Amino acid sequence: MHAPDGFLNAGTAIATGVVSVGTVGAALRQTSNHLKDRQVPLAGITAAFIFAAQMFNFPVAAGTTGHLLGAAMAAILLGPTVGALVVTIVIVVQALAFADGGLTALGYNVLNMAIIPAFGGYAVFRLVRRVLPRSASGVIGAAGIASLVSVVFAAMAFSIEWLFGATVPVPFDTVFGAMVGTHSLIGIGEAVIAALVVGSVLAARPDLVHGAQDLDRSELANREPIKVRVVAIAGVLVALFLATVVSQFAAGGPDGLEKVASDTGIIESEQDHALSNSLFAQYATEGVDNESLSLALAGVAGTLITLAVGFGAFYAVRDRSGQPNQDAARS
Amino acid sequence: MGVGHAHALYIHEHTPIHRMAPEAKLVAAFAFVAAVALTPREAVWAFAIYAVTIAVLIRTARVPARFVAVRLTTIAPFIVFALFIPFIASGEQVELLGVSVSRDGLWGTWNVVAKATIGATVSIVLAATTEIPEILRGMSVLRVPAPLTAIALFMVRYMELVAQELGRMRTAMIARGYDPRWLWQAKPIAAAAGATFVRSYERGERVHAAMLARGYAGAMPELNHRRANRSEWLMSASLPVLGITVALVALVVT
Repeated sequence: MHAPDGFLNAGTAIATGVVSVGTVGAALRQTSNHLKDRQVPLAGITAAFIFAAQMFNFPVAAGTTGHLLGAAMAAILLGPTVGALVVTIVIVVQALAFADGGLTALGYNVLNMAIIPAFGGYAVFRLVRRVLPRSASGVIGAAGIASLVSVVFAAMAFSIEWLFGATVPVPFDTVFGAMVGTHSLIGIGEAVIAALVVGSVLAARPDLVHGAQDLDRSELANREPIKVRVVAIAGVLVALFLATVVSQFAAGGPDGLEKVASDTGIIESEQDHALSNSLFAQYATEGVDNESLSLALAGVAGTLITLAVGFGAFYAVRDRSGQPNQDAARS
Repeated sequence: MGVGHAHALYIHEHTPIHRMAPEAKLVAAFAFVAAVALTPREAVWAFAIYAVTIAVLIRTARVPARFVAVRLTTIAPFIVFALFIPFIASGEQVELLGVSVSRDGLWGTWNVVAKATIGATVSIVLAATTEIPEILRGMSVLRVPAPLTAIALFMVRYMELVAQELGRMRTAMIARGYDPRWLWQAKPIAAAAGATFVRSYERGERVHAAMLARGYAGAMPELNHRRANRSEWLMSASLPVLGITVALVALVVT
């Protein structure tokens, strides 16, 4: 996902850059009291942890491996604001010191890989926690679902930026279907790993999980260990739901998932079909339909993301202002 | 045995580019890449000039060409995507080697490949000639908020340590016959990551306590006060000035 220079046009790069700088500035102001002192080494070393976790591979299937993106996990462990800041710093250092991701692409890379998954993922986490039981298993399940959705959010955000800033006329539905389709699959790995990590932190130091501050410590001490199954079932359910939604989109549009299939290596068998005139003829005749569908998709996805990021920011503000009261009530 | 290396990209040399103040290098790299990104894709000659400029830059910095080529593989996934663009893009179709492809798509591929390669090469030269603490110092000279650079400094200081901790756990697992192939076997990896998070957090608490004991009051003392002087700014400006001139000419001509 570390997009290089020139992938989207200048306007999009600048617009996303402004949004990213603004959000990071607001996040810094909000955490300034904390960051001044205790949080700086803590945030720095947890940033090192996220960096290391991104290099650490886990098995996916048949011996292939994947790695964690970790923005939603960082938000759940550290709180959305500090989480977003930490992942932003990881991405900036990767661009400057590791040549990973373009310099002029920093605006959309930070937005897509840090800000949107951290705030959006945290919002999903809080919303899912309302549905799930108020227990450690609930927190773990919510962490898994939030991680999966956060990766899909990142893919959606990239597709929407593509709609505005594409340097090439690839139809939006193709990009949207391909991005969201593949990232729903990537998200399953992200979900399982993030949920298990949150679970193991919850078992060792429950006080370090920001998203579980409201849980009673004594309850956590003697819970029954059933979490892997809960995570697996929740993950599969959400993946199924997303798969249905995505396949709906793909059915309406020109077969986005097929493009992914051809991208991943079976191009020989696909090429004839993909290049046949009928496909492009379809584009021409259905141009209007496609365009309205594209806009509708972009609108829906954009609204979803905006809502989620808004909720995440809301929770970020409320968590902090609500903290003294909670502590007072507890002591 | 270590997993990553904090200075993986740095190449120890004594060249004018290595010696240049980091803030000047950062500004030059950003401005040059921005100029490249703004260059219209039809101006192929402009990209030729950029390529020659970068070749000179690589020579001056004494970065091995092989090293640059190996590091460029990080953009490979996007290049692969770009290669598929002509086949899936809409618009006017042209014949190429007997297959029908989109003319806009071909230009799009060229656009992404050229700009991404040039941008990544500039980033590689920047990283190869500047140590990470220097990059962060340059950022703070350029008024990046202090909490950000301070957090980044701690991250850089500890990331190798944390990565090695994870690597040791992985080695220990492999030594005990752990060879997972499927996602549902990944629990030990996640548990190791969780344990590392707790360790990192507790290390952060200890480091903070140690810093307080040594008189930390919210700001890190600055050890290196050197700032870019006029000649350094002038020298570093030659890169973006060339880039912006070429980009402007290209914009006017096409």
